[in-house]
Amino acid sequence: MLRYGLRRIAGILPTLLVIITASFFIIRLAPGGPFQQEQTLPPAVRVNLDRAYGLDQPLPLQYLRYLRGLAHGDFGPSFKLRDFTVAELIAQGLPVSAALGLSAMLLSIFVGVPLGAAAALRRHRPADHTVTGFTVVAMALPAFVVGPLLALIFGVYLHWLPVAGWESPFPRYLVLPAVTLALPVIAYIARLTRASLLEVLRANFVRTARARGLGPWRVLWRHALAPTLLPVVSYLGPAIAFVVTGSLVVETVFGLPGTGRFLVQGAINRDYSLVMGMVIVYGTLLLGLNLLVDLLYGWLDPRVRHE
Amino acid sequence: MSDAAVPAGELSRGLWREAGRRLSRNRLAVSAGIVIALITLLAVAGPALSPYAYDSIDWQNLAVPPLSAASHWLGTDRLGRDLFVRTLAGVRISLLISLLATAISLVIGVLWGAIAGYAGGRTDALMMRFVDVLYSLPYLFIVIILTTVFSRGSLPMLYVAIGAVGWLTIARMVRAQTLALKRREFIEAARATGLTPTAILIRHVIPNLIGPVAVYATLTIPQMILYEGFLSFLGLGVQEPLASLGSLINDGAQEMQSAPWMLLIPAAFLIVLLLCFTLVGDALRDALDPRER
Repeated sequence: MLRYGLRRIAGILPTLLVIITASFFIIRLAPGGPFQQEQTLPPAVRVNLDRAYGLDQPLPLQYLRYLRGLAHGDFGPSFKLRDFTVAELIAQGLPVSAALGLSAMLLSIFVGVPLGAAAALRRHRPADHTVTGFTVVAMALPAFVVGPLLALIFGVYLHWLPVAGWESPFPRYLVLPAVTLALPVIAYIARLTRASLLEVLRANFVRTARARGLGPWRVLWRHALAPTLLPVVSYLGPAIAFVVTGSLVVETVFGLPGTGRFLVQGAINRDYSLVMGMVIVYGTLLLGLNLLVDLLYGWLDPRVRHE
Repeated sequence: MSDAAVPAGELSRGLWREAGRRLSRNRLAVSAGIVIALITLLAVAGPALSPYAYDSIDWQNLAVPPLSAASHWLGTDRLGRDLFVRTLAGVRISLLISLLATAISLVIGVLWGAIAGYAGGRTDALMMRFVDVLYSLPYLFIVIILTTVFSRGSLPMLYVAIGAVGWLTIARMVRAQTLALKRREFIEAARATGLTPTAILIRHVIPNLIGPVAVYATLTIPQMILYEGFLSFLGLGVQEPLASLGSLINDGAQEMQSAPWMLLIPAAFLIVLLLCFTLVGDALRDALDPRER
């Protein structure tokens, strides 16, 4: 298990290098640049700017320089947000994004699983139909529709929660974004749990447990829960990817100062180093979290053997 | 379809008739299909009913609510542009981009999957490994990176960028189907008559893939509407004065406090469209799923 984990961690590095290299060259080969959208600069200023940021050198050289910087934890300066380095921007945005992502994931699991389990235990009754209907709607609607609508209802009309922004007390500002981000994941997890629990309840070992005279809650908690959760755990990888990309929209909708907004702004402004930095941060996060999910799966299901 | 493919063709025709029957019995899906047709019709013909163009500015009626000013049935936005016309123009662009993006992903996906599956061996491994790598990256990242490459706001860029990453699932599915088809007698017969692999692919393999691919395409369209809306919402997609549902929702969200209708109208259209496409797609999948029988 430990060796497997180490090998997987070692496997992340080449993947990350491929991602970095591919995005570096794709972004650089594109026409236009960070200094081209402003009013035409005097040529001398352009030359000096290009030299200051190393843009006058041949591309492979720039690439090597960038990699050397990365090895020292240096993501370079931001081209557009002049007073900041990319590393500073990441350090600024990451806690907000992490808080958003984490609360969305927790919400998804701790609402989705009970919801699905309730639907399975009340199969073909109104509660089941309500949950199924909710999952259809929640999975079909995107965050950029749900977010503004929730803000309109709970912020503008009911005044329960702030419409947007990020001030202390922070948790108040996190509720709507986290719910918006979590809704489709809650729905998907509820569906998975419902289907999986229905199947597990038909299994022989559950019948045996019942035959031994165990109460329904004990059967559910001690015997049915772990196998029910296996498909949910294997969905966590895609769920994390969904939450990470979804946070781009949600941060824009609710004006949260997280890393997602930097990626979008960087793409709009052609801020090369900012986009690169964000791609690296998100790539590392996704690869690392997926590895974590795989290890968790192996721990939950003893039948999975890591060779 | 050529003679050699007739057995499979006949079989699938029976399957389709059966599926069509079951689909027409699903009243929810049928009404969803009718709603989609109506919205499409409205998007095509609707703007002609209004005296305004999608980008014409009416200085006398800035940000008026629905049904309050003459002939601005759904009100206007902050610049006095008619929301009825703008929303329908947005629906039109959203549908157009999603259809073209779906078509692009179908072409790439079917060719890629069919070639990989039919060629087999090292070619197959290499081609599918490429798909795996792209698959492991989040879809929207690739789209965002692609949008930085192309000049912002050009429509062809949008459907290429969205379509270029939508083909992965199709390629996988087509490859699996091709692997199964490859071992069938009529392919063997075609090979025995001396047809070249290209001819076999085009005349025998691909026509037999149409069924599952068509179903998947229906499920892909709402995805594409979503991705287009997502990009336009972020300001990376359709640019002013053009409108898509995503950019209208973004504009509306800015004015939410003073003019909620500017958010609610395009949001309602998008919600109805997405739900209807999802219902039809699910029903189609259920109708063709042999396990349900």
